[in-house]
Amino acid sequence: MNHSRSYGRWIDRRPTGRFTTRSLHMDWPLLFGLIALSGVGLVVLYSAGGQDMDLIWRQGIRLGLAFGVMFVIAQIPPHHIERWAPWLFGVGVLMLIAVLIFGAIGKGAQRWLDLGLFRFQPSEIMKLAVPMMIAWYLAENTLPPPRRAMAITVLIIVVPVVLIVKQPDLGTSLLIAMAGVFALLLAGISWRLVGGMSVLVAAFTPIVWFFGMHDYQRQRVLTFLNPESDPLGSGYHIIQSKIAIGSGGLYGKGWLNGTQSQLEFLPERSTDFIFAVFAEEFGFFGILLLLALYLYIIARGLYISAQAQDTFTRLLAGSLTLTFFVYLVVNIGMVSGMLPVVGLPLPLVSYGGTSMVTLMAAFGILMSIQTHRKLLTSG
Amino acid sequence: MSPQIAIKDQIREGQLFSSRAIIALIGIILTLLAIITRMMYLQIIGHEHYTTLSQNNRVSIQPLAPTRGLIFDRNGIILAQNLPTFTLEIIPERVEDIDLTIAELVQIIEISDNDISRFHERLKQKRRFQSIPLRLRLSEEEVARLAVNRHRFPGIEIAARLIREYPQGNLAVHAVGYVARINEKELNEIDPSNYAATNHIGKLGIEKSYEHLLHGSVGYQRVETNVLGRTLRVLDRTPPVPGEDIVLTLDANLQRTAKQALGDASGAVVAINPKNGDVLVLASTGDFDPNLFVNGIDHKTYNELQTSRLKPLFNRALLGQYPPGSTIKPFIGLAGLESDFITPKTTLFCRGWHTIKDDERKYRDWKKEGHGVTNFKKSITESCDVYYYDLAQTMGIDRIHDFLAPFGFGETSGIDIGGEASGILPSTGWKRQARGEPWYLGETLIAGIGQGYTLATPLQLARATAALANHGNTIQPHLLSYVALSNNEKIEFIPDRDSISINKINPKNWEITIAAMENVIYGLRGTARRINHGQPYKIAGKTGTAQVFGIKQEEEYVAEDIAKHLRDHALFIAFAPSDDPEIAIAVIVENGGHGGSTAAPIAGAVIDQYLSLDFSPGGK
Repeated sequence: MNHSRSYGRWIDRRPTGRFTTRSLHMDWPLLFGLIALSGVGLVVLYSAGGQDMDLIWRQGIRLGLAFGVMFVIAQIPPHHIERWAPWLFGVGVLMLIAVLIFGAIGKGAQRWLDLGLFRFQPSEIMKLAVPMMIAWYLAENTLPPPRRAMAITVLIIVVPVVLIVKQPDLGTSLLIAMAGVFALLLAGISWRLVGGMSVLVAAFTPIVWFFGMHDYQRQRVLTFLNPESDPLGSGYHIIQSKIAIGSGGLYGKGWLNGTQSQLEFLPERSTDFIFAVFAEEFGFFGILLLLALYLYIIARGLYISAQAQDTFTRLLAGSLTLTFFVYLVVNIGMVSGMLPVVGLPLPLVSYGGTSMVTLMAAFGILMSIQTHRKLLTSG
Repeated sequence: MSPQIAIKDQIREGQLFSSRAIIALIGIILTLLAIITRMMYLQIIGHEHYTTLSQNNRVSIQPLAPTRGLIFDRNGIILAQNLPTFTLEIIPERVEDIDLTIAELVQIIEISDNDISRFHERLKQKRRFQSIPLRLRLSEEEVARLAVNRHRFPGIEIAARLIREYPQGNLAVHAVGYVARINEKELNEIDPSNYAATNHIGKLGIEKSYEHLLHGSVGYQRVETNVLGRTLRVLDRTPPVPGEDIVLTLDANLQRTAKQALGDASGAVVAINPKNGDVLVLASTGDFDPNLFVNGIDHKTYNELQTSRLKPLFNRALLGQYPPGSTIKPFIGLAGLESDFITPKTTLFCRGWHTIKDDERKYRDWKKEGHGVTNFKKSITESCDVYYYDLAQTMGIDRIHDFLAPFGFGETSGIDIGGEASGILPSTGWKRQARGEPWYLGETLIAGIGQGYTLATPLQLARATAALANHGNTIQPHLLSYVALSNNEKIEFIPDRDSISINKINPKNWEITIAAMENVIYGLRGTARRINHGQPYKIAGKTGTAQVFGIKQEEEYVAEDIAKHLRDHALFIAFAPSDDPEIAIAVIVENGGHGGSTAAPIAGAVIDQYLSLDFSPGGK
């Protein structure tokens, strides 16, 4: 590895010396999209939570905190982020191991690390640290990456993913694996390799099924294939959520008027299944608008990544944006019965979730990349 | 990397990335189109179908709780059963103003503040569509009054529920345990589907360790409800599978005798059948009524239980760790015989104390003036301390440890209700590891009389006694006799530990030891001679007195001068009939003074009752 690696230096994109809105390092189009989406989220949550104003306040405070984190991270020039990447990754892996060890002692599932003052979930850090590490590593290589670099990248993905699967947290490990795969795709690996890897994954599926999964995880997949088999458990969720979406029709039943959600047939309606509430009350056209808003945010993210000035920032921005997209697809897919119930929230809309802060931190990184420019030096 | 190549790469890589980003965007749009197609399928094509379903969504699925298995003692006496009771329940989502409803209900029937606060606690834990009990055990009059007023309260239900009841009250609570409300921690460990209708879970004892057998499997029914959600008719029904009935090895009558014999004193009695490990008695005094816990105990009563001097919640039989005192002597004596450090003829002159080289300290005998010339038999019969100071010193602590370990000292017995302490069987290795200190000779001496670091639970003592009675065959004590399946078949208890046989011991040495233990009861100077009343069988036993309070070298132990809670613990181990043992017993009376005067009569009463059947003219 190149020990005298130069991280370059990034400064404000248009330094004027005076304080302007630019000095805030906000990407305004992206910020607009995020605020609009959070707003929609609060509106749906008010209905899904049974008009509980306390719930809205709590979510509002959480959103405020998450946007605060985004703002702070946006101020950090990308060369610092790049410099921290391997450290953050290393610390993250160590903490995952610690979680597993304490989990083994405490017996049973363990995702939290108790640091005395506060508890905290190392797998959340990895959602940022894995794309950062891959971008950091690939930036050192020429692209498309040579085979050796590819192999090491796969290792960077597999180690944390396996540790998180062990916790067990299938949803998060899936997200992190996807983030890594996207970084590789964006780095330009050949399509032939992509095909080969897909075959490999398909071949590994049975092994994961029999040795890597807990009984309840297998049960979830079986339930997805045949919801009626478990009408008291998660099969019930899928049945009810499909009824909610389907009965919404073109125009929806109207805000606060969804019978499935208001009469509480729909379980987990303020958290993982909030999309079904939205679909029931705002209908097909509402969904089109919501998806358009998500597409806007994702397209802006991809634009930022394409505009970025070096490999690290490009790969990082692209991979973070696509991870956000995975959230969306997995959540809607599970709510509408296209995918098994994995337990990922609808980003920025679902109530609660420690993932919101991580998500907004990722957008903070995007904003930092967009609002700083790299000084090109000969060194 | 030279900067030149890096710059060239930057441009090419930028282009590569842009093309990949565009492909990604296309992929994203295609995925979104797939989602939109799915939505069209659900919301446009399937709209009518799902609308009908949503309108008909008055069909709800209700889980049905299985009936919990019953628990019997070995003679068929019911220890835990289910009583039908009427419960007033509220389904939160169907009530507009819960506080108002409760306020109005209070005017109809009596609802205590305690009920209300418990209701609010459960309100937080349960989903809004699940019914939550507000008042339990309604009287028939209350049921009638509620029925008349029912139209005023949508969303309230009078449910007939089965509530766990322990007809024997506190008799065997530390063995049988109890059920109580499922708490949040347990909620994470159980299968939520199977417990969808269950409110209670075993918290202690048999109820906890055999929860998987007792609980059964959930059933469910589809019911049609009206707009308010009240059940109109049942569409179809999958009945729940009731839990299995369990028969224990415990003998409730014997247990009662043991408890009565203990009286007000705090202590424990454990009796085992040495042949098969059946636990016949598992009593710990100062126990509590399990029925208090079933519906949630109120804070005041719970605090009283917790702070009571008698510590009723503490299961002394399994968790109480006591110095075994002189009850350890038969085991150490046997070790001495077996290792040829002593023979039955070996004598020692006991002058009332023992000293070791280079140590000023006097290791005193309980008998100030000493026992005089003492052989093995006398040492057990009269419980001579000096004899065992000397023997322990000769043998050394590690040899003692290795000999006693197979008897189960220092390790859990594996009883099937768990939650037992392991006690301590000290050795030089143990002390180095646990205390980080070297072993001192003086500690070997006091280990010889079961003091110092050595600790054992009453269950361990009973198990070791059983092994002694068996001439070395160890057993795993267990409370489960068999599971009574609905088809009249039985599943017998299967031990999960191998029974080891301490078999290399000369049979003669067993006999010598047991004969000495008989002499404890039948000898003229036996320390437990008061329980000899001419039984038609022979008891072998050993008394023990465990020091709680360290007395200084030159001071004398005078019971009357010492506060009750610092007085010595009284112990007694025994088995009978000594030639073909059917019961092995360990008794401890906390602060009871001498083993012979307090503990032995309790064991005697239990043994007499248990064996009276065998030796009564009618026989068994």
